[in-house]
Amino acid sequence: MYRSPYISDAPPVSSIMFKVLLALVPGIFAYVWVFGGGVLVTITLATATAILAEAAMLKLRRRPVQPFLMDYSAVVTAWLLALAIPPLSPWWLIVVGTLFAIVVAKQLYGGLGYNPFNPAMVGYAVLLISFPALMTKWPAALQLAQTQLSFADQLQFIFSGLLPQDVKLDAVTSATPLDYLKTQLTLKHDVASIIQAPIFGIAGGKGGEYVTIAYLLGGLYLLQQRIISWHLPTAFLGALAIISGLFWLINPGHFASPLFHLFSGASMLCAFFIITDPVSGPTTPKGKLYFAAGVAVITYLIRVYGGYPDGVAFSVIFMNICVPLIDSLTQPRVFGHEK
Amino acid sequence: MNSLVNLTKVFKFHGGVHPPENKAQSTQLPIGQLPLPEKIVLPLRQHVGNIPKIKVQVGDKVLKGQLLAEAEGTVSAAIHATTSGTIVAIEDAIIPHPSGLPDRCITIKPDGKDEWIARQPQDWRNTDCNTLIASLRSSGIVGFGGATFPTQIKLRVGCKSEIHTLVVNAAECEPYITCDDMLMRERANEIMKGIEVTQRLLGAEKVLIGIEDNKPEAIASMQAATANTSIQVVVVPTLYPSGDARRLVHLVLGTEIPYDKRSTDVGLQVFNVATVLALYRFFELGEPALSRIVTVTGNVQKPQNFEVRFGTPLPHLIKAAGGAKPDTTHYIMGGPMMGFDLPDENVPITKAANCIIAASPNLFAPPPTPMPCIRCARCADACPVNLQPQELYWFAKSDNFEKANDYKLFDCIECGACSYVCPSNIPLVQYYRYAKSEIIALDKAREAADLARERNEFRLARIEREKQERAAKHAERAAAGKEEAAKRALEAEKSPALEANKNEASSPATSGVDDVKKVAIAAAIERAKAAKSAAAAIGEAPKNIANTDESVKKEIAEIDARRQAAGIEKPAVDAEKQAKIAAAIERAKAAKAVAEAAKTAETKEE
Repeated sequence: MYRSPYISDAPPVSSIMFKVLLALVPGIFAYVWVFGGGVLVTITLATATAILAEAAMLKLRRRPVQPFLMDYSAVVTAWLLALAIPPLSPWWLIVVGTLFAIVVAKQLYGGLGYNPFNPAMVGYAVLLISFPALMTKWPAALQLAQTQLSFADQLQFIFSGLLPQDVKLDAVTSATPLDYLKTQLTLKHDVASIIQAPIFGIAGGKGGEYVTIAYLLGGLYLLQQRIISWHLPTAFLGALAIISGLFWLINPGHFASPLFHLFSGASMLCAFFIITDPVSGPTTPKGKLYFAAGVAVITYLIRVYGGYPDGVAFSVIFMNICVPLIDSLTQPRVFGHEK
Repeated sequence: MNSLVNLTKVFKFHGGVHPPENKAQSTQLPIGQLPLPEKIVLPLRQHVGNIPKIKVQVGDKVLKGQLLAEAEGTVSAAIHATTSGTIVAIEDAIIPHPSGLPDRCITIKPDGKDEWIARQPQDWRNTDCNTLIASLRSSGIVGFGGATFPTQIKLRVGCKSEIHTLVVNAAECEPYITCDDMLMRERANEIMKGIEVTQRLLGAEKVLIGIEDNKPEAIASMQAATANTSIQVVVVPTLYPSGDARRLVHLVLGTEIPYDKRSTDVGLQVFNVATVLALYRFFELGEPALSRIVTVTGNVQKPQNFEVRFGTPLPHLIKAAGGAKPDTTHYIMGGPMMGFDLPDENVPITKAANCIIAASPNLFAPPPTPMPCIRCARCADACPVNLQPQELYWFAKSDNFEKANDYKLFDCIECGACSYVCPSNIPLVQYYRYAKSEIIALDKAREAADLARERNEFRLARIEREKQERAAKHAERAAAGKEEAAKRALEAEKSPALEANKNEASSPATSGVDDVKKVAIAAAIERAKAAKSAAAAIGEAPKNIANTDESVKKEIAEIDARRQAAGIEKPAVDAEKQAKIAAAIERAKAAKAVAEAAKTAETKEE
């Protein structure tokens, strides 16, 4: 009987997913340092919701619950979604988003390995379209806020929507740098003068850029561990730098620098953690380059010309649609065949 | 060594994996020899191709090296007695094949003398190349790397001499297997002679020996043997599956053999190092393929390589390796990447058996439950053919065979590198084997359907023809009344009228249509029948009377009956005359049938 190969040298899916979670830890630390502990609450809520939803759906679908829960893929989705939405959102926002990501975007399509769209991005897009006001209420970096919320205050706000007396919501939230840049540009301000505002840091947003750098470090760890291939982050960051660089060279007064785009918004998270979702992404090396570059270009266009400050979720979903086409058009040359 | 090692450039192929080598265990001891086993069981199916034809019977005394079964058809290999003794059985037995099915085997009871048949070495340096290669048919030599393709087929191109390069495959990339390694360490000079023979057969000027760099002793041995020759030892990096012929050719020469071509189409031929040695023994010593080196390793007490006669029962070999450890569950033939589970411990060693691994749960953990494919494409990174295994898996799983074909499923060499790296533990190669066999079966079914359609068309044509023949017979019956008259007329004046009638009748028949031709044939048959019945009447039953159609017999009987009814006695004395009459009647019938058929044909045409 043929059962070969008898040996294997592959990390199980669970260990791959676990390493992805591990790689997110520096980013989460930076996040807590910059925006406070609220994000830990969101992550916990999202994780619990994801596990329960996954288990319930597996039961309903009559699939073995334990092996699929233990692959940690639902947890990865939960964490990515929790990191993508504002940490000072009401508890039900993250619950609704996670439910949508797990139940609709993942399980209804057949569960692990069968979802054509990135579940976290679907969850994010649903929330962004359904609750635009809540989704743009980002807390100001603790270093910038006029009033600092303690972890207990954040916890209370997430579950009850109540802030400590004398604290107004506007005092603890602020526009994100991308958002601020966009609105200021519509007011015919110059980029150079806009980024003089206190919310801007050296490269991206003040505070936010540290989180971004932490994501970058986590991403490099994933590269080193061969969990992700270099194609996706390189092509994404490269394409984003090139397109923003082109616009910036043409009109630096109206377009922000490549550095700003690389270190703002969800750029780094997207480069190393979102577009690297293997299930909904392309598999050929060339396809990965095209896919990532496509996400970068659309993200940039949405940032500059679209109705949303950041465009990662929509561009990822759009490129997910293109994956079968990309894969079939980028088949590598098989040994012994002409191209 | 290292300065020599890196002289040759190596051309890397895509992918490949680095499984733990586990080769050291079986290279501690030199190649061992085994005592004669109690019995020798030689399966006929030891090679790729046709089953050879048995030339011996139970009870025959045979000598070592005697031909037991000769190659049958083009792709086949002979089987020889591997010791002297008596043939005690020719029956089905379990053979070492992945199917696990029993197959025909010849069993020899050794007489203990191990007595050789008269060996016939050949003067291979001065003999015509075609003669040499033709003689290989009785050598029993097959590819000893594991593919077991009859070697004479691979050499047939040789005499035309478009082969410029011989690549000797000594990469031995599969983990655990060390038979080629030990062969090179111990028998480098014989290998060199084998290379000389092979060069002569192929007319190849250039010779490269490809060895993975994890075999320093073998490399040193071969380098010493090739010193002062033009033969190059090419050290290739250890990367599974470098021993695949197309991969090795690429590694040592940079030549990518097109997928639809053979190595010979690009002037190359690849032989395993053990095959080359077997060629030397055949031509120089007159010894057919009787034994091979087998690595016995894994969960045995003393892993070692042995020179094993084909047909040696596996337990005999395991015993020689110190026996299997207690937790041994079964045996694997081949390496851990491409080998298979032996269906039983009591199988004989065959030409394909390069390695026997005693398996235990500790050595090879049972595979975890497969998870869904997450499209991580690690398999694509590992594939040495640069296929997209994740896509092929998807197509194979959903029986989308057309797509699987489009994605070059048949270029898959089933090396197992994809499964080896799959985080979801999907048995990918099994899916590809399944899809391949399904596609082959479907192609066969399609061919069969085409054949069936042709047959059906033929059948319909036949039915039509038979219909017309029946119509012709009807006409005969209708004319039965006239026969009486004709008979009487005959008796009176020996039938000139009938002859006229016949000529008349046949004239429109010859004027025509295909159908008429058919009926003319039918008429000829009728005439033959008439002759037969005439003979019968004379009293000499035709020799093939038993085969005569029932209807003919019936007709004869009917004629006789009518005669009796008409009061015509069968005059025994005038038998000859009687026969002539009967024949004339038959002729008349035939003529009428022709006429009738011509008529129906005409009406049909209208």
